[in-house]
Amino acid sequence: MAPHSITVALAGNPNSGKSTIFNNLTGTRQKVGNWPGVTVEKKEGHLSTNGYELTIVDLPGTYSLTAYSIEEIVARDFILDEKPDVVVDIIDASNLERNLYLATQLRELDTKVIYVLNMADVARQRGVKIDGEKLSELLDVPVVFTVGNKNEGTDQLLKAIIAVAETDIELPRTRRVYYGKDIEKTIGELSTFIKDKMGKRLPHSVRWIAVKLLEKDKIVQARTLQAASPEGEAILCEAEQKRETLRQFFDEEPEIVMTDHRYGFIAGIVKEALKTVSGRRIDISRQVDQILTNRLLGLPIFVFFIWAMFQITFSLGTYPMGWIDSGVGWLGGAIGGRLPQGLLHDLIVDGIIAGVGSVIIFLPNILILFFCIALFEDTGYMARAAFLMDKVMHLIGLHGKSFIPLLMGFGCNAPAIMATRTLESEKDRILTILINPLMSCSARLPVYILLAGTFFGVKAGNAIFSIYALGIVLAILVGRLFRSTVLRGKVAPFVMELPPYRAPMFKGLLIHMWDRSKIFLKKMGGVILIGSVVVWFLSAFPQDIEYSRDYESEIAAVHAKYETPILQLQGNSGEALMRQRDKAISAVEAQKAREKVEKSYMGYLGKALAPIFAPIGMDWRGSVAVISGFVAKEIVVSTMGVLYAVGADGTERNEALKGALKKSGMTALSAYAMMAFVLIYVPCLATVAVIKRETNSWKWTFFSIGYSTVLAWVVAFLIYQGGKVIGLA
Amino acid sequence: MNLSELQEGQIATVVRVAGKGSFRRRLLEMGFLRGTEVYVEKYAPLKDPIELILKGYHVSLRVDEAAWVQVENVRLGAT
Repeated sequence: MAPHSITVALAGNPNSGKSTIFNNLTGTRQKVGNWPGVTVEKKEGHLSTNGYELTIVDLPGTYSLTAYSIEEIVARDFILDEKPDVVVDIIDASNLERNLYLATQLRELDTKVIYVLNMADVARQRGVKIDGEKLSELLDVPVVFTVGNKNEGTDQLLKAIIAVAETDIELPRTRRVYYGKDIEKTIGELSTFIKDKMGKRLPHSVRWIAVKLLEKDKIVQARTLQAASPEGEAILCEAEQKRETLRQFFDEEPEIVMTDHRYGFIAGIVKEALKTVSGRRIDISRQVDQILTNRLLGLPIFVFFIWAMFQITFSLGTYPMGWIDSGVGWLGGAIGGRLPQGLLHDLIVDGIIAGVGSVIIFLPNILILFFCIALFEDTGYMARAAFLMDKVMHLIGLHGKSFIPLLMGFGCNAPAIMATRTLESEKDRILTILINPLMSCSARLPVYILLAGTFFGVKAGNAIFSIYALGIVLAILVGRLFRSTVLRGKVAPFVMELPPYRAPMFKGLLIHMWDRSKIFLKKMGGVILIGSVVVWFLSAFPQDIEYSRDYESEIAAVHAKYETPILQLQGNSGEALMRQRDKAISAVEAQKAREKVEKSYMGYLGKALAPIFAPIGMDWRGSVAVISGFVAKEIVVSTMGVLYAVGADGTERNEALKGALKKSGMTALSAYAMMAFVLIYVPCLATVAVIKRETNSWKWTFFSIGYSTVLAWVVAFLIYQGGKVIGLA
Repeated sequence: MNLSELQEGQIATVVRVAGKGSFRRRLLEMGFLRGTEVYVEKYAPLKDPIELILKGYHVSLRVDEAAWVQVENVRLGAT
C-alpha cells in the first residue's frame, strides 16, 4: 500500500513554542527557504509514521489573521489556497486568552483544526489549570497537551493529526463566534446575496467571505472581485452598503465591534475551561526581568552581553580560523603540487582555493555569532534588547530590534544582514540591510591599520576610531534620508510581546545556528566561486606580457653573483649572505609581479578608472587595490603589497609596504580619504550575495551597491578636496 | 486620561483605543478592549517604551502609542 500523504500546517502566536514543536516533530529533516515573493522565512519538514508521509509546514507566527502584515497574509493564504489536511494551532497555555484569538479565527476558516495546549506545566506554575476536555467540547475541536521543551505529547499529537486527517465527516458548524443579533443578521443576508451571485464558484466558506467583506479586508475584496466576475462589483457594493449601515448603527467600525465579540466569546470559554488554582504563584521570569531591564542595571547588563558575544565570537573563533587557514593553505599546496604549472594550476590554486578560502575562513565566526543570536532569541532576551534600545533606534526611524543586526555588522556584515530576519516590518528590514555595511566590519580593519599606521603615527588610533564614528554618523544620516524618500512610511508600531524567559533547548539552538550557517555556505559558495574566478582572471590575464626587463636573467645574475662568496664563506656569515641573496631575488620577483599586475586587465581597469579616483587622491594603484577589495576588503592590503612591489614576508613585508607608501606620493590626507572610501564603498562580494538573498530583489541589491559607491566617492572627495582647501595636504 | 500618563505600578481600565487604521486594530487584537485592566510594569531605562501587563501577558508600547489608549479608574495595584 502506498503511504498516505498528509499536509499539516503549524499555526500559532509568536512565542507560543511553535518552533520547538516543529523541531520535535521533524528533527533535522527541515528545509528552510522563503515564501514565494516575500522575505518571510518558510520552514518545511517531513516525517513518516505508521505508513503515513507527513509534510509539516511551519507558518509564520501571528497574533491574528487580519491580513495586515505579510506574515498574516502568508499564513492565511497557505491555509486557503494550499488547503492543508490539518491545521495545528499551538496555544501557549499560560497565555490562553490572547492565544485563543487566533484560534477562533482559524475555526472560522472551516478547515480541520487541532488545538495544542503547549507548556501547561508553566501555566500550572503560574496558578492556572486548563480543562482540556471542557475546551475541546466548547470549541468542538480536538485538544492535545504538549510540553515542547521536554518533548512531551509529540506522539499524541501525531496520532491526533492522523485521526483528524482521516475523518471525512462534515465539520461541525456550531460552536463558533456569535457576533450578536444585528451583525449575525447582516452576515446571513450578505451570505445569501453572495451565494446567489457566485453559486458554485465560491472559493471559501461563504460565511467567512461575508465576515471578511464586512471587515473591509482588501485581499478578500480583490479575490471576490476576480472569482465572482462579472458580479464581483455588485457583491462589493452590497457589502459596502451593509457595512455602512452597521457603522452608523454602532457608531464604530464593524471590524472593531467584531473583534470585541471574538474576545467576548473567548472570555466565555476561558471562564468555563480555566481554573485558577489557589496557592503560591511564583513568576521567576518577572523577577529576572526586574533585573535585566532594570532602570539602572538594564543597559550595563545589555552592553556586557553584547561585549561577551563579540569576545566569544572573535577570541574563540580565532582557533578554528587558524585551522581553516592552514587547511586551505595545505589544500592549495597539495593540489598545486600535483598539478603541472600552468593556467589550470593558477586557476585552481590562486583563483578558486585562495578566493573561496578567504571567505570560508569566516565560518567559525558566523557559527558562533549565530549560536549567540539563537540563544538570545530562544531565551526571550532578544525582545528585551529591543525594549532597551528602541528609543535609540527610533532616532533613525528604526525598530529596537534593528540594533542587534547593526551591531553584528562591526563583526561581519554578511551574518549581520542575515540576522535582520528577526525584524517583522519589510521596510525596517530593507533599511537595516542598506545601512548595515556602514558598520565597519573587521575585514576593513587591516586596511585602516596599514594606512593610519603609515601616515598618522601615534594618532593612528584616533584616526581609525574617527572612521568607525564616520560610519555610524553616515548610517544615521542615510537612514533618515532613506526613511523619508525611498522607504517612506510609518515606523512599525512597537506592539511587541515580552515573552517569559525560557530555558532554551540545546538541540533547538543547534538547529537554528545550522539553518543559517548552511544558507551562508550553500548560497555563498556559488557566488564567491564565480567572483573569485573573475578577479583571478582579471589579474592573471593577458598571459603573454612583454616585460620591460628580463627578470629571469636578472635573477640568474643574482644567483651567479652570490654563488662563489657563499661557497667560500661558511657558518654564520655564509648564512647571512644567503639571506642577502634571497632578499635580492625576492626584490626582483616583486618587481616582476608588480609589472604583471600593471599589465593585466586589472591594471588596465585601474588605469582606465584612475581619472575617477584622481579627485579623491588615489592613483591607479589605489584604484586597482579597491577594485580587488570587492572580493573581500582585507584583500586591499595584499593587492597594495603586490602593486608597491614589496617582496619580503611577514612583519618585514608590512614595514616595507609602509615605506613604499610613504615614498609613493600619498599623504596623510589622501590616506584618510582612502580609508573613508574603503569604509563606505561597495560591500564585499559575500555581503552583496547575502543582500540579494535577503532582500530577494536585484533592485535593492544594485541600489545598495550604487548608493554606497557614490556616497563613498562624495565623502572621500569632500575629505580630500576640502582638506586641500584648508591646507591640510 | 490616557495610558501614557500612568506611573509605574499603577493599574487602569481601558475605555477605548483612539485613532484609526491598522495600528488601532492591532491593539484591539492584542486585547486592549473596553473593560480590560492594564498594569504598568515598568518604563524602559531610557523612559520609552513602556512595559504593560494585560490579560496575563507582557507587552511593550511606545509612549506616544500608549497615548492613544484612553483609560479610567487609575489606581495603585498589583497583578
